[in-house]
Amino acid sequence: MNFYDLKSNLKKDFSNLKKVKVALLGDSSTQLLVKAIKGYGYEVGFNFDIFEADYDQIEMQALDLESELYQFNAEYVIIYQSSEKLLAKFYKLDNADKPLFADKHISSVSNLYQTITNKNKCKVIYLNFVETDDSVFGNYANKTGSSFLYQVRKINYELMNLAQKHKNLFICDVASLQNTLGAAFCTDPKIYITTDLIFSLDFLPVVAKNITDIILASAGVIKKCVIMDLDNTIWGGIIGDDGMENIQIGELGIGKSFTALQLWLKQLKQRGIILAVCSKNDENIAREPFEKHPDMILRLSDFAVFVANWNNKAENINYIRNILNIGFDSMVFLDDNPFERNLVKSLIPGITVPDLPEDPVDYLNYLRSCNLFETASYTAEDEQRTKQYQQEAQRAIVQRQYINEDEFLLSLNMTSQVKPFDKFNIPRVSQLTQRSNQFNLRTVRYSEEEITPLAKSDDYITICFTLEDKYGDYGLISVVILKKDHKSLFIDTWIMSCRVLKRGMEKFTLNKIVELARKNGLNEIVGEYIPTSKNALVKDHYHDLGFTKCKGDNNLWNLNVEAYTPYPVFISEKIPDTEKIS
Amino acid sequence: MISDRLKNIVLKELDLDDFDFKDSTTADMVPGWDSLTHIQIIVAVEKNYKIKFKGIEILKIKNMGELQSLIDAKLAAVSTGL
Repeated sequence: MNFYDLKSNLKKDFSNLKKVKVALLGDSSTQLLVKAIKGYGYEVGFNFDIFEADYDQIEMQALDLESELYQFNAEYVIIYQSSEKLLAKFYKLDNADKPLFADKHISSVSNLYQTITNKNKCKVIYLNFVETDDSVFGNYANKTGSSFLYQVRKINYELMNLAQKHKNLFICDVASLQNTLGAAFCTDPKIYITTDLIFSLDFLPVVAKNITDIILASAGVIKKCVIMDLDNTIWGGIIGDDGMENIQIGELGIGKSFTALQLWLKQLKQRGIILAVCSKNDENIAREPFEKHPDMILRLSDFAVFVANWNNKAENINYIRNILNIGFDSMVFLDDNPFERNLVKSLIPGITVPDLPEDPVDYLNYLRSCNLFETASYTAEDEQRTKQYQQEAQRAIVQRQYINEDEFLLSLNMTSQVKPFDKFNIPRVSQLTQRSNQFNLRTVRYSEEEITPLAKSDDYITICFTLEDKYGDYGLISVVILKKDHKSLFIDTWIMSCRVLKRGMEKFTLNKIVELARKNGLNEIVGEYIPTSKNALVKDHYHDLGFTKCKGDNNLWNLNVEAYTPYPVFISEKIPDTEKIS
Repeated sequence: MISDRLKNIVLKELDLDDFDFKDSTTADMVPGWDSLTHIQIIVAVEKNYKIKFKGIEILKIKNMGELQSLIDAKLAAVSTGL
């Protein structure tokens, strides 16, 4: 997208898009960045409602608690302080103060963040700094804390640390973007000198995309899976024609390009992205390199689903989706063949299909530049995901052998551990509230910082559920937050991972909710369904579980605790070693 | 005389259907031509003609006629190898 296209988007109809309130505070002129962000929002289905602070009013807006910024009440506050202004500030210092510059700047950013997030419930996106070498010290800049280069790099490093400390602080990595694209692309001195616009018109869309990527990820719109073709995509050559010994991988031919791509995909898998294969091949031939070729990086165990046949790829991707139970919009499809790419693009709405460059040596750099795998959270559990989906594929196969569903469920030997939130599970709980879109009754997103007080509050009951069966452990798969309200219990949050649909987990969960209501002497349970574009799956959730519709409000449902008979379930509760829910 | 090529670039950047540009036309006479769209026009002209303006030139251009002459001079310099 170039700037002109983004600007043209502004004339389009935003009325059906999701409104997101964003504030932009900058110390240089930001009008064009605002246009670029607004225009990019259209591309991804956001109607950004943007408050643009007056020029160079960052501190004024943030520190005055009555300011327009706080009246606007943004969901995201973007702070853009430029390297140019930073450099000017640095140059004003006495030599003795220069080594302390980064520390002072970081404490001012930290102060900004604290003030803003104390006043408004919002996320802060801070643009880091282009690492300008002012060449005052030459390469010696690396050897002295008195150089600007040293201080600006230190600021960028400390920003990363600050962002790790504060869950609602996100860094938009302008430094890294400029490293990739080059200063000549990112800035236009002539425009800066004459207007105070720092980013070039070509760079603005890139910055806008990266800011939007962060917002999308925090809103739970993320990629979860890469589906890949094999021949000429992850190795050179055609396995069915060339034979295993002649495919290009490792040192053979341009094999290094494919090795680099495979190494990258393997890293994605370790980060928690699910890998799947969708190839037009005979299955046994397609599997052979993964089993026997010494230079292959990816192995069969890296894939959650492996599909090699002669069906059309859209059908196969549909099949993969059914096994993984994730939305098409969370999938990326890699294929060297433009025909297959177009077929998949046209038949599967929402799937991302990067237009791989013609030359495989360019694959990796191109894919990196797309920034497809932005995320708003990362937990150690993510790495286990592929294993869990592999187990799921196995279950799907076994399920077909059982005609009676109850019999099948019973055969799974399912157990669930039921626990209130604690400091060990809160990161995963928060992640589920951020990521789950389908089985999510009210789609309330919680950061870890927001959840901790709920877990401690007497007004709330928090529960999370794990599930394990004979094939493996799903980990923490369901989260319920209940708010006590006089005589009733309001279901603030009910989320479940779609991987455990059709196991009777909903019924097991409801049995538990009713049990807790009784223990607390509450005789009514109230549930609410807030429709979004993605949670139609649970439209009839409360109806199906025997709730009755409240008069007046269409989406509110209630359940009488006294009249409730627990549903029969095939899941037994595994009592945690430490403590039982009281 | 303002060439159609230049006229179309300006119209596109300002999102105008048509405008009667004369040599004497100044920015304040044209709807939407402000300091921000000015930059967009300058960049669009640079890309379209594959030329580069100097900082001082951007500031000195007073009207369409001067912009056209500046472009013509730069194109002439390219074609004569100067």
